[in-house]
Amino acid sequence: MNAPTPPTSLERAEKLQGMGCKRKRVEDVRFTQGRGNYVDDIKLPGMLHGDFHRSSHAHARILKIDTSKAKAVPGVVAVLTAEDLKGVNLAWMPTLAGDVQMVLADGKVLFQNQEIAFVVATDRYIAADAADLVEVEYEALPVVIDPFTAMAPDAPVLREDLKDKMTGAHGPRKHHNHIFNWSVGDKDLTDIAFVKAEVSTKDLLSYQRVHPCPLETCQTVCSFSKITGELTIYGTFQAPHVIRTVVALISGLPEQKIHVIAPDIGGGFGNKVGAYPGYICSAVASIVTGVPVKWVEDRIENLSTTSFARDYHMTTEIAATRDGRVQALRVHILADHGAFDACADPSKWPAGFSNIVTGSYDFPVAHLSVDGVYTNKAPGGVAYRCSFRVTEVAYAIERAMDIMAQKLGIDPVDFRLKNFIKREQFPYPSALGWEYDSGDYHTAMEKALAATQYRQLREEQKAKQEAFKRGETRDIMGIGVAFFTEIVGAGPSKNCDILGIAMFDSAEIRIHPTGRVLGRMGSKSQGQGHETTWAQIIATEIGIPADDIAIEEGNTDTAPYGLGTYGSRSTPVTGAAIAMAARKIKAKAQMIAAWMLEVHEGDLEWDVDRFRVKGNPEQFKTMAQLAWAAYNKVPPGMEPGLEAVSYYDPPNMTYPFGAYICVMDIDVDTGVHKVRRFYALDDCGTRINPMIIEGQVHGGCTEGYAIAMGQEIAYDAQGNVKGASLMDFFLPTAVETPHWETDYTVTPSPHHPIGAKGVGESPNVGSVPAFANAVNDAFKFLGSTHIAMPHDAYRVWQAAEALGLHA
Amino acid sequence: MSKSNVSMTVNGKAVSAEVESRTLLIHYLRENLSLTGAHIGCETSHCGACTVDIDGKSVKSCTIFAIQAAGAHVLTIEGMANADGTLHVLQEAFREMHGLQCGFCTPGMITRAHRLLQESPNPTEAEIRMGISGNLCRCTGYQNIVKAIQYAAARINGVEYKEAAE
Repeated sequence: MNAPTPPTSLERAEKLQGMGCKRKRVEDVRFTQGRGNYVDDIKLPGMLHGDFHRSSHAHARILKIDTSKAKAVPGVVAVLTAEDLKGVNLAWMPTLAGDVQMVLADGKVLFQNQEIAFVVATDRYIAADAADLVEVEYEALPVVIDPFTAMAPDAPVLREDLKDKMTGAHGPRKHHNHIFNWSVGDKDLTDIAFVKAEVSTKDLLSYQRVHPCPLETCQTVCSFSKITGELTIYGTFQAPHVIRTVVALISGLPEQKIHVIAPDIGGGFGNKVGAYPGYICSAVASIVTGVPVKWVEDRIENLSTTSFARDYHMTTEIAATRDGRVQALRVHILADHGAFDACADPSKWPAGFSNIVTGSYDFPVAHLSVDGVYTNKAPGGVAYRCSFRVTEVAYAIERAMDIMAQKLGIDPVDFRLKNFIKREQFPYPSALGWEYDSGDYHTAMEKALAATQYRQLREEQKAKQEAFKRGETRDIMGIGVAFFTEIVGAGPSKNCDILGIAMFDSAEIRIHPTGRVLGRMGSKSQGQGHETTWAQIIATEIGIPADDIAIEEGNTDTAPYGLGTYGSRSTPVTGAAIAMAARKIKAKAQMIAAWMLEVHEGDLEWDVDRFRVKGNPEQFKTMAQLAWAAYNKVPPGMEPGLEAVSYYDPPNMTYPFGAYICVMDIDVDTGVHKVRRFYALDDCGTRINPMIIEGQVHGGCTEGYAIAMGQEIAYDAQGNVKGASLMDFFLPTAVETPHWETDYTVTPSPHHPIGAKGVGESPNVGSVPAFANAVNDAFKFLGSTHIAMPHDAYRVWQAAEALGLHA
Repeated sequence: MSKSNVSMTVNGKAVSAEVESRTLLIHYLRENLSLTGAHIGCETSHCGACTVDIDGKSVKSCTIFAIQAAGAHVLTIEGMANADGTLHVLQEAFREMHGLQCGFCTPGMITRAHRLLQESPNPTEAEIRMGISGNLCRCTGYQNIVKAIQYAAARINGVEYKEAAE
């Protein structure tokens, strides 16, 4: 059908600032003026401040805690220990992973900086002073730091509370420091494939312990009213509704009397999913004192206590034919969870979605087995910008593919191209149980190769290697290729829940009489720009300009129940809920339009912002007109008003993918590297806001750069944490950070209402193996097969030293 | 702990208060003056989220005492807007170039960028990167922050902003 004035439709569409445009961010207006409202900005009348006394030991029995000196400090209102919390049954709390965790040390400490006493005072300086005055007598116990020794027969018992419980939340435990074994895949067929294999590789690929380290630490303000019995909790929460339910379950307070508010959040990256002792202690302190209590973590506390990430040690084996076709994948992971299993995974997934380890390749069979162990390190194992252990296994498969390519003498790109899942194989059932929704890996890889002139880079590298061998240069050149497949959008209720709550997400859209809109979602932005992008989805769906749409998140009293923002789940799940809610509104508006225009609904067609009569486009009602009508004259029998809510239970995960290529030069005498080029092609399906996507890729790649090239939360043999300040923990500045080139292909998700897949975590997942492969690729002509992360200058120098390059 | 009187000028306004000698400037600004734009990200001078401008120098306000700023002219993000209430060109530039995400580093970053452009009105990319290397950002990867500062510099200098080719 011919639209009468096509440019007008186009102009109207552009005015909407809907999906696909680089809409400027709504949030920035307040942030650029210093008018954000973060937790530490909240000041309530009479508010007290909490601070912790923490353990100096990694493993010790507590003989005595003396709080008398702390309590004597003027301004100190209370000092809580585990004994006080026992009175309210809160000395321990449940973790999201089915374990329990001490809120305050009960009888012993299990990691350095563990929370022992919570001091509440009139001022944060006094609280800190008094926390120092808490005196603890310890009896030191032997320490387990290396996860490979955790299950030695004579290893000390770390979790005495579990000593006699040889069945944990995820099945049998085979040692007192064992948490779970999780296995998936066909072990027998996989083993047979390895026996028959023409070529196989086996490598221990470790992904070191790191930390999400958002610039804002974890913090809360808890305010309990003794009059009404209501508890209001402001906090750095990526999942406010989950926090509300957890608080209800463990405190016994009725859920309707708990108000959880996540205001502006200064970055999350997974660090702000869990529930931490600081939150519990602040809530208890407010309940006890009847006045608000604020707790603000400092950076050292953040890095050393609230949720590390990774610490996965992945023995990865590939079986292949001599001509380079993969036959089987066998992976065993030793997972160091620290002192308590406080992973933030969907409940039934103790090792997250690590069974995405087959990656982008068509493995006929595979087997994965994961053993989690306790050590004397901080608890956690959060999905740091990662959909639940995807990052770890993406590193494993992408390193392993390079190692196998090296063994076969095939270019790593050609090896990947040969083994990619083909476009026509989607939806693709993976050997480890997933159904990939859509993909076109060959197209993405070819685009990346062309953009980077990959083949020429290999020629250049070859010439450089010859020059190096002739002694004409001390630089070596590495080309790192990674092709990742993510699994995000947790998740379908059939396999994803948190504490029994299905991992749906939600949107409520209200169209006001004047055609302005309020949207409320169960997600919670921490910098992703939801106030901007959610409005774009609604704008396109219902034809009201994004600037006329306000978005609210984070207040559990007003937002519909949602599972929050992490694991790149907001666009796949909440984004779908938004589209579905908008479509309910549109359907009702269509009925109103039909009645007003005196035609059958089927005789109407949608045109950007209006329903018009087919064949008679001059006859129309705009969405703004229909909004007014919804509150003014609706068809007989119809309820007035124009709003809708959607709780979206996704039918499947989404599977974003991408091709990342890093070109790096390394000085073998100093170990110093220079990233010459970093190209990131992402396919996240339908693109909602290209500007924000690009920003996400820049940020995720920068995090990946830090992880691959220097970050580590390391411990010494006594369990002292060595990397817990920004002096030691590598956060790149603008000087070190490479320049990012971004690119894309678009393969929509077939099951998502708008075809979007999510992108936030892809760059962290994809960039780490690209950097690691670049370092390894640089050294491989010298006989090296695998150099472990992180690749800081000293370790790279050590690798060169080990290869005899400094002789 | 004994308190002493400290007076300074903050965003053009004279302020005076009794503070402990150990009170950090960032706490004085945030708690006493309710200027919560500058943030605390590390308390060890690494992250720069607390950056303010003191007598024409960028200073990390978590690492000096309020009394050290006695008599000084302090500029925070809240004082960056123009006298007529319109936003400073840097504030506009950060939005225009998507130079922020969570917004936590942004006040310190803009305050630092403001001083950088006073020190070096037409900086190269390398000079900008070095000039903001005391300010950490965990979200943006800096690329768009650099662009925002280049864009603002062009606007201030009255020249056309040209985006560098990728």
